[in-house]
Amino acid sequence: MVKYSIFSLARNALSYHQNWPKAWRSPEPKQEYDVIIIGGGGHGLATAYFLAKLHGITNVAVVEKGWLGGGNTGRNTTIVRSNYGQPGNTEFYEHSMKLWEGLSQDLNYNVMFSQRGVINLAHTDAQIDAFQRRGNAMRLAGIDAEFLSPAQIKAKAPLIDISPNTRFPIMGGLCQPRGGTARHDAVAWGLARGADSRGVDIIQNCEVTGIDVSAGRITGIQTSRGAIKAKKVGVAVAGHSGQVAEMAGLRLPIESHVLQAMVTEPMKPCLDTVVTSGAAHMYVSQSDKGELVFGGDLDFYNSYAQRGNMPRIEEVTQALVTMFPAFRRARMMRTWGGIMDMSMDGSPIICKTDIDGFYIDGGWCYGGFKATPGSGWVFAHTIANDAPHALNERFTLERFNNGTPIDESGAGPTPKAH
Amino acid sequence: MLLIPCPWCGERAQTEFTYEGDATVDRPDPASATEDEWLDHIYLRDNPKGWHDELWHHAAGCRRHLKVRRNTVTHDIAGSAPPNEKISGGET
Repeated sequence: MVKYSIFSLARNALSYHQNWPKAWRSPEPKQEYDVIIIGGGGHGLATAYFLAKLHGITNVAVVEKGWLGGGNTGRNTTIVRSNYGQPGNTEFYEHSMKLWEGLSQDLNYNVMFSQRGVINLAHTDAQIDAFQRRGNAMRLAGIDAEFLSPAQIKAKAPLIDISPNTRFPIMGGLCQPRGGTARHDAVAWGLARGADSRGVDIIQNCEVTGIDVSAGRITGIQTSRGAIKAKKVGVAVAGHSGQVAEMAGLRLPIESHVLQAMVTEPMKPCLDTVVTSGAAHMYVSQSDKGELVFGGDLDFYNSYAQRGNMPRIEEVTQALVTMFPAFRRARMMRTWGGIMDMSMDGSPIICKTDIDGFYIDGGWCYGGFKATPGSGWVFAHTIANDAPHALNERFTLERFNNGTPIDESGAGPTPKAH
Repeated sequence: MLLIPCPWCGERAQTEFTYEGDATVDRPDPASATEDEWLDHIYLRDNPKGWHDELWHHAAGCRRHLKVRRNTVTHDIAGSAPPNEKISGGET
């Protein structure tokens, strides 16, 4: 692997940048691996990276049915935060945040992590109470949180309308200053390059069609490029977790739903923080290219379509222009959809299963991107040791049986929470 | 925009409806249900990729509940029926 630095840049400038080596190989699958990770998105690549880097397990393949980061890794709205209040979530997402803070250096790859702050707007007295409580829970766990007045929010996002006459009057907001955004494609590419350089085989255009189980133990997988044996198999295919788990005979507490996102045409810098509203359900940030990237609710019906319908686009856009009236003149450039694993308590599943050597990482609901490094870190630990780390020991499938779901939104059993 | 055929009102825009989820989930008998049956009922779903029978509520219309057979990949709708009747059309 060529280390990226000012020197390698200068050296390659001499040959007009025609001779950069490929960032990762495209090997043929071997007959057998110690570990196969299904899913070449951020989570799967991070798992392979940490298996090789921290656990010394390098006979690893990542199999991906399409191209790297072509699923939800390339479809999210790039927001990173760790502003959770429930035990289990709080420490896990903060661990992920700490990994984000060192990720570009660790990978020798610029993931453009920008800690521009994430603000959750409060529009009612009840939301102020709930956000202050959550902010206190975060601070007790050593996570940064500040409650902002409307004037302080206006100072951070000058185009926002804080007048009392707007549809969703802003009464305050909970800000996590260390939250922000990262370039999602770079995360997949950087992790792929790091894993590949440590010996991991990344096999694209290889769709898993079956999972081989013998006497309660995993023995390998069937793919569109033939059978591959494996001692352990980890699934990181959020959106399709139920489909892959079904190949091994498992039924999950998950529904797949479509979540849409949108971008406007690029414009000059006008919003240098992330603003979200749970009440109107809209979140917006401005990309480094200048586009406003925004989204909101699910379409709220089961879907694997990676595209949604107009009513949701209209509703989310209305919320955006209500809060930022200046944005109503911006033209919409693209919309798209991604498939969310909506778990029944809004929290992820990262655990062993009843099948020896078969592990699941899924149920990410709306929020998998921010968890990418943390998810890979604990999933690698779980696979390497055949036991969960303290950070993911609550993210089991059994929690639904034994009455310990992690219900962050307090909504009861529903596939609509996050 | 989904056009949902309400058995009582005909084709109406999706914005008149509220989605209520998987129509194949049956509530077990509380007198005899085991813990596993409750787990199955409350949390576990088939989550099919393809045809899906689901409940909708015509909330801004006749306010009746209906069952719809919709494809989760193409969003095509094969048919609808009152919740306690069978839908004809589409695969199962």
